[in-house]
Amino acid sequence: MANECNAQKELYSKMDAIIAKWRNEPGGLIPIMQGAQEIFGCVSEEVQTYIAESLNIPVSEIYGVSTFYSLFTHQAKGKYVIGLCLGTACYVRGAQAVIDELQKELKIEVGQTTEDGLFTLDATRCIGCCGLAPAMMINDEVYGQLTPADIPRILEEYRSR
Amino acid sequence: MKNLEELNAIRDKALNSINSSNSSTSTRVLVGMATCGMAAGALPVYEVLKEKVEKANLKDVFVTQTGCIGVCRLEPIVEVYKGGQRVTYVKVTPEMIERIFDEHIVGGKVVNEFTIGHHDGQPNANSVNELDFFAKQARVALRNCGIINPENIEEYFAFDGYKALGKCLTELTSQEVIDIIKASGLRGRGGGGFPTGMKWQFAANTQSEIKYVVCNADEGDPGAFMDRSVLEGDPHALLEAMAIAGYAIGANQGYIYVRAEYPVAVKRLYKAIDQAKEYGVLGKNIFGTDFSFDIELRLGSGAFVCGEETALIASIEGMRGEPRPRPPFPAVKGLFGKPTLLNNVETYANIPQIILRGADWFAKMGTEKSKGTKVFALGGKISNTGLVEIPMGTTLREVVFNIGGGIPGGKAFKAAQTGGPSGGCIPAEKLDVPIDYDNLVAIGSMMGSGGMIIMDEDNCMVNIAKFFLEFTVDESCGKCPPCRIGTRRMLEMLEKITEGRGEEGDLEKLETLAENIKAASLCGLGQTAPNPVLSTMRYFRHEYEAHIREKRCPAGVCKHLLQYFINADKCIGCGACARVCPVNAISGKVKSPFHIDTAKCIKCGACMDTCKFGAIYRK
Ligand SMILES: Cc1cc2nc3c(=O)[nH]c(=O)nc-3n(C[C@H](O)[C@H](O)[C@H](O)COP(=O)(O)O)c2cc1C
Ligand code: SF4
Ligand code: FES
Repeated sequence: MANECNAQKELYSKMDAIIAKWRNEPGGLIPIMQGAQEIFGCVSEEVQTYIAESLNIPVSEIYGVSTFYSLFTHQAKGKYVIGLCLGTACYVRGAQAVIDELQKELKIEVGQTTEDGLFTLDATRCIGCCGLAPAMMINDEVYGQLTPADIPRILEEYRSR
Repeated sequence: MKNLEELNAIRDKALNSINSSNSSTSTRVLVGMATCGMAAGALPVYEVLKEKVEKANLKDVFVTQTGCIGVCRLEPIVEVYKGGQRVTYVKVTPEMIERIFDEHIVGGKVVNEFTIGHHDGQPNANSVNELDFFAKQARVALRNCGIINPENIEEYFAFDGYKALGKCLTELTSQEVIDIIKASGLRGRGGGGFPTGMKWQFAANTQSEIKYVVCNADEGDPGAFMDRSVLEGDPHALLEAMAIAGYAIGANQGYIYVRAEYPVAVKRLYKAIDQAKEYGVLGKNIFGTDFSFDIELRLGSGAFVCGEETALIASIEGMRGEPRPRPPFPAVKGLFGKPTLLNNVETYANIPQIILRGADWFAKMGTEKSKGTKVFALGGKISNTGLVEIPMGTTLREVVFNIGGGIPGGKAFKAAQTGGPSGGCIPAEKLDVPIDYDNLVAIGSMMGSGGMIIMDEDNCMVNIAKFFLEFTVDESCGKCPPCRIGTRRMLEMLEKITEGRGEEGDLEKLETLAENIKAASLCGLGQTAPNPVLSTMRYFRHEYEAHIREKRCPAGVCKHLLQYFINADKCIGCGACARVCPVNAISGKVKSPFHIDTAKCIKCGACMDTCKFGAIYRK
């Protein structure tokens, strides 16, 4: 428990540094929130309140911004974030079938996290591998030329890590 | 750096070291390390190469990273410049490096089996620029991509980097710079095609102590990556152009608004800005003049509408990225209420070249009203996916069949989609239209920022229209009802049609709704959102009609309209399908062919997934 507290403290002191850097910059709120997303993995209610109090602005303003941009999430993501590209090039080459398979295998919808906290499934836009369409990323690793049949094997690889 | 002489001295020195590494005695080895290259595994290739060169203690072999050369489908790509010859190796693995190193880098003999020409069935082509893929291209915006190391400013200097800025500051007045841009005929590459020189003039004419130069690097088109290629492959071209723009309109501060989804680009931009400041080509008193210019980055947070200029400005200001009505245009009242010049990445990337080589040189390329070149990201059902830069006026046929290598698998071309969610689908009968801003609008699409997705007979145009509409519904900021509610209603109608519930009169309703949304929406997102639907209805109306009248999807894509059957010749009668069918639509006797009752079938596809003998098909 004590360790966890220390870890939390460390995160908040990182947060303070970012707030100090941007608080007087015009338009600094979004960089602050991007920092929070990176540090905490999400911009939870608690984090929003913290930023609001530090900047002395209403939480509603932060909430407004956080719901507008898709990069900000209110809950932490899974250990492995699967980003299946639903860009046009991938869609045309059959990404829908792959995402259907992912949803079936993981038993979650796009945007959700599995109960064990292992996988989050996101649909992303072009990741620049149109030549390898359909493509997806799991954290930083890219998989290309996917077919639905590849999915169980790839997921198994992560489950057994 | 205090003056032009110093710049020239650095340039000569840098060029020398690049050239000497390409002379008879030494070797320059480039590894493509843009996002596409990294995704394909360029990093281990680079590391193995570096290690081998270091171990062998070869002082005259220089291994460098570079940006994307445009042939993303063949990454990882390694180029060897040796003895005046350029050789492109494709799909390189760390194992292949052994032979490339021993036989070519050390031994001086090209490894033919690994070259691009060998891979692409053009055995005489040793390097990428000898391919048919390259023959019809002209590289202006992409000229340094895949050639220089984007993380080393000296290599940019070597290829005349920052010379255009030097020329502007020391030889030209602000108005002269604007006049050159006007005379070049350059139009905005971000989609709209507004004349760039005119935009600069407006921003210059507005009187204000403080003005801003902004670069739109939000690249929202969901199937395109032209701007990223410039950001990753030649970031200094952008910085130089923004400084030139600052001088022209009287601004001292620039902002680049870049998507956070582009981490490699962000990293290289930060690095480039630092290096530019270190060498004094950004910062105070550039080239010893009284002109100062600084650039900062702002990261987008995943909202397509922020590509729209007023929304982008709101986002930099730290607010929700909602568009506002224009006028006032940003040139009059923009970022933080000050006059602001906003251009796209590719627009900027053309600027230094225009200054150095002259407006006439640029205006000679292209058509009467669209000058210069355009970069396209070719994707979808086409053999040579990747990045191409073509002179305006090139026909679609040339792009698809000569440069793009046609449709794979012997399938028939159906349509080319340009302009992303704001554009339309261009059918085969329009393949000979020369590509320029006005022609594309006339045939119901638009230039857009440069995504070009090719579709073949297996793609359903109603489904594609629905795909784009799903995107706009998702990305509509919700500020104005025609866009927020109207696009959703359109999507519902398309869902109805693709699910087999379409009725006579639906197409007319869609058309009326589309026209209303176009007329009444506040910003470009809503105003153009119906285009994918309208253009597919215009050219592929028969497909819509088949869905509505015959409840049939001619391309066999729309799930609800497919019917499942059992091939009696392949079925061994195991009954596995009957057991998984959730509605008991399958019946039969063990060891003789089973049968699907199409009236009961809910088209879930479970049977097809289960059958080990490929006996179930749908049409
Ligand atoms: C919904 C919407 C999205 C846009 N997305 C982009 C974009 O991603 N990149 C871009 O450069 N321009 C985009 N634009 C166009 C910009 O509003 C603006 O016209 C352009 O950046 C101006 O630069 P240019 O004149 O150099 O083209 C978008 C416009 C709209 C309406
Ligand atoms: S047209 Fe759509 S995206 Fe544009 S302001 Fe209106 S609701 Fe927002
Ligand atoms: S559209 Fe999927 S990688 Fe480009």
